[in-house]
Amino acid sequence: MSAEVHNITSESFIEMNDLAVGYHRHAVVDHVNAHAGPDSLIVLMGTNGSGKSTILRTLAGLLEPISGDVSVLGDMPGTHHARCAYLPQHPASLTTLPLRARDVVAMGRFPRLGMIRRMGADDRAAIHDAMVRMSVHPFQDKPLHALSGGQQQRVHLAQVLAREADVLLLDEPTAGLDAQGRNAVARVIAEERARGRAVVLATHDLSDAEPADHVVLLAHQVIAQGAPRDVLTDDNLRACYGFTDRH
Amino acid sequence: MNDAFWAPFADNEFMRHALAAGVLVSILCAFVGVFVVLRGMAFVGDALAHGVLPGVAGAMLLGIPGFFGAAVGAGVLMGGVGLVTRRSRLSSDTAIGLFFVGMLSLGVIMTSRSSTFSGDITRILFGEILGTTTTQLWWQVVAVIAVGATVTLCHRPFLLLTIDPDLAQTSGFNASRFNVVMLATIAAAVLASFQTVGTLLVFGMLIAPAATAALVSRRLSTMILVAAIVGSVSTYLGLLISFHADLAAGATVVLVSVAIFLIVFAIAGGDHHAPPTHPAHGAHH
Repeated sequence: MSAEVHNITSESFIEMNDLAVGYHRHAVVDHVNAHAGPDSLIVLMGTNGSGKSTILRTLAGLLEPISGDVSVLGDMPGTHHARCAYLPQHPASLTTLPLRARDVVAMGRFPRLGMIRRMGADDRAAIHDAMVRMSVHPFQDKPLHALSGGQQQRVHLAQVLAREADVLLLDEPTAGLDAQGRNAVARVIAEERARGRAVVLATHDLSDAEPADHVVLLAHQVIAQGAPRDVLTDDNLRACYGFTDRH
Repeated sequence: MNDAFWAPFADNEFMRHALAAGVLVSILCAFVGVFVVLRGMAFVGDALAHGVLPGVAGAMLLGIPGFFGAAVGAGVLMGGVGLVTRRSRLSSDTAIGLFFVGMLSLGVIMTSRSSTFSGDITRILFGEILGTTTTQLWWQVVAVIAVGATVTLCHRPFLLLTIDPDLAQTSGFNASRFNVVMLATIAAAVLASFQTVGTLLVFGMLIAPAATAALVSRRLSTMILVAAIVGSVSTYLGLLISFHADLAAGATVVLVSVAIFLIVFAIAGGDHHAPPTHPAHGAHH
């Protein structure tokens, strides 16, 4: 991608060195290694329950690492809220909320605004831009519970984009989206990288992994990690899907 | 004709006090009720409203103001629910249910043991809206200012919590801390309201106007405003009906607020879960 940007900012956006992640001191997956600077894409690939979400939740600062080193934007995860956006899997409460779609997108600006600072022109521009990019604007005044599952997922993605973060942690962002929606997500990820942002994407879709700089193939343990052409081999994929006999 | 609508209030100070108290309770409950409805925390609101009963009974036995006992009751309930949820694998719903029935039973036993309580249990459960004193009104004004200021200051973390506690956390707001702040604000509204509308009926004022507001409004500020108006109108109509028909005042007020919800639901709420009429391109699911 843009080599000039690389040279100017040698800042490390994501570092995972021999990282073990899990719950209640119990590791779900260990020995994870990945490094990402600006404009890079790390893909965490594996079946359901393979540890993808656990790694993302650790990078988001929601879980303490079990062992090893991890940093986001040079500090402990959960330090730079305005510069790191996290899209969780299946945000459940959206189905019943009567709040307008655009107000939910606007929540993406809260980390920058804090408790009381009023929204300015740049905030409104970022919200509008995010809604247009995810095609949310035609139904921006509708309450969330009147939207389909796919439309709600777009609203949530627009909220992540509205944050204008340097690191995007996306947990299966294409879940519930049709082909057009999936294309929109792929386009947005490419655009974010072109703007110098780092993206960490959890997916079980092989096509999502192909444009990555670094792939971590998971099935309760790291099957392989590195460049896509080295990781996404037939043997590795068979080993990955052989561990959890579904999907 | 006008006389029938205003004379009961013009002629009787206790009716004016009751109206003022009801409007203040409506504003208090509107501020916190919208979050109770949006977050689906009705059960917590219910438990809080009833969990204060043994505290009030205990305070009466000791001869101290019921408010302090209620505050202790609310604290024990929320602390207990938090502890059981954290230390066991039970859901918070189960923990809330356990403490809810436990505290309610304790309250009933405490009041039934003492003969001096014979009339008090009704008073605790249904309040004494017609016996509201000027001092109580001033305390409610203080509560409205405190609760209103807290909700205004914390509206961003509170909104994020309604979507997902993790979203609040990753947005830089300590989710568990603001959850406690929200629960404490709900408890404060309940405590400031129960003496006038009672522990049983404060729950109705917490839920019914906010639920009505959620049917017709799309923004937090509008929702709070609509809930406060629905609560205030319910208070006026409820007091008026109870005056003319000689019915229990607090219960009539809450019944009117539930009736308003049902009417609004019949008119505006029927199509809410229907699929969108104009799905945006390629986003249907």
